[in-house]
Amino acid sequence: MSNEIAPPNSNEADITDNIDEQEAAAVLKAELKAEYKELAIQGLWKNNPGLVQLLGLCPLLAVTSTVTNALGLGLATMLVLICSNITVSAIRHWVPKEIRIPIFVLIIAAFVTCVQLLMNAFTYGIYQSLGIFLPLIVTNCAIIGRAEAYASKNPIKQSAFDGLMMGSGFAIILILLGVIREILGQGTLFDGANLLLGDWASVLRIEVMQLDSQFLLAILPPGAFIAMGILIALKNAIDSHIKSKKVVDTEQVIERVRVNFDS
Amino acid sequence: MAFWIASSPHNHNHTKTPNLMRLVIYATLPGVLAQWYFFGWGNLIHIGLAMTTAIICEFTVLSLRKKPISHELFDGSAFLTALLLGICLPALAPWWITVIGTMFAIVIVKQLYGGLGHNPFNPAMAGYVMLLVSFPLQMTLWQPPLTLVAVDLNFSNTLTTILTGFTVEGYSVEQVRTSIDGITMATPLDTLKTNTGLGLTVLESIKSPVFGENLALGWEWVNAGFLLGGLFLISRKAIAWQTPVSFLLSLFICSFIGYSISPDSSASTMFHWFSGATMLGAFFILTDPVTGATSNKGRIVVGLLAGLLVYLIRTSGGYPDGVAFAILLCNMSAPLIDQYTRPRTYGHQKGDK
Repeated sequence: MSNEIAPPNSNEADITDNIDEQEAAAVLKAELKAEYKELAIQGLWKNNPGLVQLLGLCPLLAVTSTVTNALGLGLATMLVLICSNITVSAIRHWVPKEIRIPIFVLIIAAFVTCVQLLMNAFTYGIYQSLGIFLPLIVTNCAIIGRAEAYASKNPIKQSAFDGLMMGSGFAIILILLGVIREILGQGTLFDGANLLLGDWASVLRIEVMQLDSQFLLAILPPGAFIAMGILIALKNAIDSHIKSKKVVDTEQVIERVRVNFDS
Repeated sequence: MAFWIASSPHNHNHTKTPNLMRLVIYATLPGVLAQWYFFGWGNLIHIGLAMTTAIICEFTVLSLRKKPISHELFDGSAFLTALLLGICLPALAPWWITVIGTMFAIVIVKQLYGGLGHNPFNPAMAGYVMLLVSFPLQMTLWQPPLTLVAVDLNFSNTLTTILTGFTVEGYSVEQVRTSIDGITMATPLDTLKTNTGLGLTVLESIKSPVFGENLALGWEWVNAGFLLGGLFLISRKAIAWQTPVSFLLSLFICSFIGYSISPDSSASTMFHWFSGATMLGAFFILTDPVTGATSNKGRIVVGLLAGLLVYLIRTSGGYPDGVAFAILLCNMSAPLIDQYTRPRTYGHQKGDK
């Protein structure tokens, strides 16, 4: 009897083992997927460096007078963010806790120098119009914030993805501000895109509206503050709209209090 | 017998916002009439445009914010903002200047901060400064007094100039502003600033026709009109006397010191009082109950600060008149001034909390 039963039993055990492994792998994969999804949502919307964390406001407000400048700085920041996240994550086991900040800053500064030299070599026009704000990426808190908060605790792949998402979230806000300010200020879009993308890009320039005189407020820093405030308000409005649409299940827990006169 | 006990204040002054606003609007009439007499229809057209825009903007924002529209739309504050902005603008500025300025003043400066009573800055002045910063060319198209203009600027002519930039006969604004000698005329303050920069003395500068026989042709009467309106407001207790008095006193002292040190390069004290937007700022804008200081001591400090700032901007700033900038800076510092000039509560010693 035992002979009869044993083989199917062991078979079953094998199958269950296999299923366990597969399940474990599937769970792991699903977890990873959820992690990536969470990273994307956090970077692009919920924890957007420009709109929610309000980090790196100085370049955000200073260089977004045209889309081209915004795009240039957005790409540079994204590149630095991805590279620094990868490097910080790769060396995370060897960095002593006490001196991690200087090390992160050195890494970021190294990458910023690379990007600066690259832009100096290949996109000289945009390098000149970004001016001091290109080297100032070193001090962009969004980058060191991600290195400290995420990359120093997580594996390389996730950190790289986090850098990509945070970088794109930042770049999207930069470009959006650039679009608003360039249309209001000069009435154009992609003015001077050939400085960044090469000579073919001069066809990208769109004359949205003909302005007799520039609306200087939109080009000057106060306009950036006002536009930024309106963007943040818009994001909050969308959030609260979504929240109010969700069905709130407030299950009221009724607690009965027994009043005991004896005690 | 039970007495009904109410807390203080026991004696109510039943002034409502619309009444106060209406009173202030009436008080601007002498100044506006003087402006109409000396400078023509331009400012009246701008005031009309600004009021229309203000009502439309106010209605839109109030309905978006789901506020009681009929109650807040006609409280007169939007009308007053539009009126003050229309008075400040150059008479021949293009129509879109007024529209953009009023929209900015009502939507961003007033309503986005929470409406009347919550705005940290005076809407009219913030709108004016926004225009001055954004459109320096259009905002310096000051029209000389009618007696100096060669073109006949009647109502229809002014209206076409504001709408199209050219008079019916086809003169551009620039040509209207040019005197027979081919010299572009500016405001007295502007002329004085340019001439002092060129190294001319004040005595030489005031021979220019824009100065007229007394202080500043036309402008002196406009300012006198606003002074009259302001005195009326003080007599009706609509505004506190501390602000305008300390402001004018401070401007007087500053310009007196400047004049006694170097009479060749500084204008007289009375010129500072009766040119530009001095009286309008002193009685109608600086006294805004929302954006100014609230204690009496605070009002005096704000007035002194504003006078000093106006004098400094006029003499060494980049713009010929500095009332708008000075008032915005004072609005900014008003909460801090209030903090330090809090009146002593009755029964408490000084320094007690």
